[in-house]
Amino acid sequence: MKITSPTATKPSAAPNPTPDPKRHGDRVFAGLAAGSGIFILLILALVASFLVVEGAPALFANPTDLATKGYGEFASWVAPYAFGTVWAALLALAMAVPVAIGIALFISHYASRKLAQPLGYLIDLLAAVPSVVFGLWGSIVLAPAVRPFYDWLNTHLGFIPLFSGNLSGTGRTILTAAIVLATMVLPIITSLCREVFLQAPKLHEEAALALGATRWEMIKMAVLPFARPGIVAAVMLGLGRALGETMAVSMVLSGGANITFQVLTSENPNTIAAAIAQGFPEAYGLKTNQLIAAGLVLFLITLVVNMIARAIVARRAEYSGAN
Amino acid sequence: MTTLSQNLAGDQLTSGRLPKATAPALAASSILLSFALSELLTGGNTAVTAVGSFGLYLLIMEIAARVVEGPRQAADRRATTLVAGAFLLALIPLISVTWETVAKGLPRFDLNFFSMSMRSVVGSGGGAAHAIAGTLWVTGIATAISVPIGLLCAIFLAEYGAGSKLAKAITFFVDVMTGIPSIVAGLFAYSLMTLLFGPGRAVFGLSGSIALAVLMIPVVVRSCEELLRLVPNELREASYALGVPKWLTVTRVVIPTAISGIVSGVILAIARVIGETAPLMIAAGFTASMNNNPLANPMMTLPVFVYDSYANPGVDTQPYWDRAWAGALTLIAIVMLLNLIGRLIARRFAPKSGR
Repeated sequence: MKITSPTATKPSAAPNPTPDPKRHGDRVFAGLAAGSGIFILLILALVASFLVVEGAPALFANPTDLATKGYGEFASWVAPYAFGTVWAALLALAMAVPVAIGIALFISHYASRKLAQPLGYLIDLLAAVPSVVFGLWGSIVLAPAVRPFYDWLNTHLGFIPLFSGNLSGTGRTILTAAIVLATMVLPIITSLCREVFLQAPKLHEEAALALGATRWEMIKMAVLPFARPGIVAAVMLGLGRALGETMAVSMVLSGGANITFQVLTSENPNTIAAAIAQGFPEAYGLKTNQLIAAGLVLFLITLVVNMIARAIVARRAEYSGAN
Repeated sequence: MTTLSQNLAGDQLTSGRLPKATAPALAASSILLSFALSELLTGGNTAVTAVGSFGLYLLIMEIAARVVEGPRQAADRRATTLVAGAFLLALIPLISVTWETVAKGLPRFDLNFFSMSMRSVVGSGGGAAHAIAGTLWVTGIATAISVPIGLLCAIFLAEYGAGSKLAKAITFFVDVMTGIPSIVAGLFAYSLMTLLFGPGRAVFGLSGSIALAVLMIPVVVRSCEELLRLVPNELREASYALGVPKWLTVTRVVIPTAISGIVSGVILAIARVIGETAPLMIAAGFTASMNNNPLANPMMTLPVFVYDSYANPGVDTQPYWDRAWAGALTLIAIVMLLNLIGRLIARRFAPKSGR
């Protein structure tokens, strides 16, 4: 062949011990990309280790030092806050999850196709509101607004331990904080659930409808069983967010170190994040270390919750075949 | 009565179905009835009216559907009502937050608010110029830190790592990182700066930027990775076929194709962190005066300004709370504007992926 003759000579001339400069750039770039990936892993490790280093003085200080220069013995100091963190987050989830699933179903299976996307944006807007604005709204607008309702709950349902006790005069109770928290985690849970609901196999849905199922029966038979792991993961992610949220709680609540399940009184448990936010500006020395150690506790709690949630999501993605 | 019995007898095509107009008619009448009842019993309480009309609708619809259509259809209608109710319920806080912020923020949303700092201001007057400048500094530096790292990491995940163990680990931990509580990011930056510069000198603008960068990097990685994966493989293959090395293919072909999406992803990531309060309270601190040096002294930011005005008011709380609301309005306006720009860019210049 005539055409190959000029190119055929090239390979014999090409063997070159020094690497092509272009390929050199390739290696550098690949290294940079991988390096920044590893750097991100490093950041996560650094977050944990710096919290340990700066929290350690409080974790390993002797109790008398902590009593005089800190906030008191670590475990008994942090326990009520850890309780408050979990309690407020659970209250918030109890309110947010049913509503979020409802909204997700409304957008995925009830609203007309044209309306679905704008309605989804509307809910996403809630996620865009900064937490400090929610805090402001919760304490100045929501708290006075829900007071009459709390009054009613307290007088008529006061026999339930949850609603018993002396009614708070301001409405700024852990229930109000939980309502604000619920509003904040609502868009997260909704958007994840919506995605899962939309992935439910169309054939199953149509088969159910063809057999004469009503829309609700179709959802119960074809959508919800498919979506269950996804819902669990969404709830866990919402839980992670609710556990770590600071401003909504710290602005609505003036909590203390109380362990109580009553949600309408003025004696409220504080959360770890809010306790840090309220204490940090005035803290110094060992107190700062102790607050950072509390932050480490919070970090570990949310880390575990998030890892479980992500593991569920990842396992689902492998098996579903939908994505 | 005859039509009803005929319906029950099932001798018509429309048998056993409530007429289509039932739902809207019933909704209107239960709202009216509930309004009248609450007007008589509680003196016109909006919340009671809303809850009452929802309850009435649910109850009457249940009875009507059960009688005419049977229990299965009744359950279906109940589910529809509850699902729509959940959506309406979520709109209440959205509308309330927006309305209250605009109504309460407008009185102080004036020129002074944007031109003055709080230096030696007690009571009314003053503004948030120092906080707005601080927010621009802190968020700007955070963006400058997180975009290169985030984009390179996304390139690694989408172009180089695909399927490797390292890439899987990074994807997992990036996801986990999105769940780091914001206050923990602040504590991290504070601890880092304390270790570097010693206690008492850890609170300044850059420290806040690092805290925000920790929160922003995972968001940037996820959105950039998604967009890089949208770039059609044909483009890469065409480039390789021309003998272009991989790194030039990525920088000259793949990134330019996805650039609009990347820009919009970055803007949305900025919108997400610009409202963060807790980390900046800890890492960037509080001040009443303008500070344009991110390397020393505390730097006020807009969210912290809102918090501070609310939480530490003077004797007369009103001017402080007015400023807090004006700050909140500014913040919401910035976030909404960023969201709008981000979405517009994403839609306008969406990569032509042939899908």
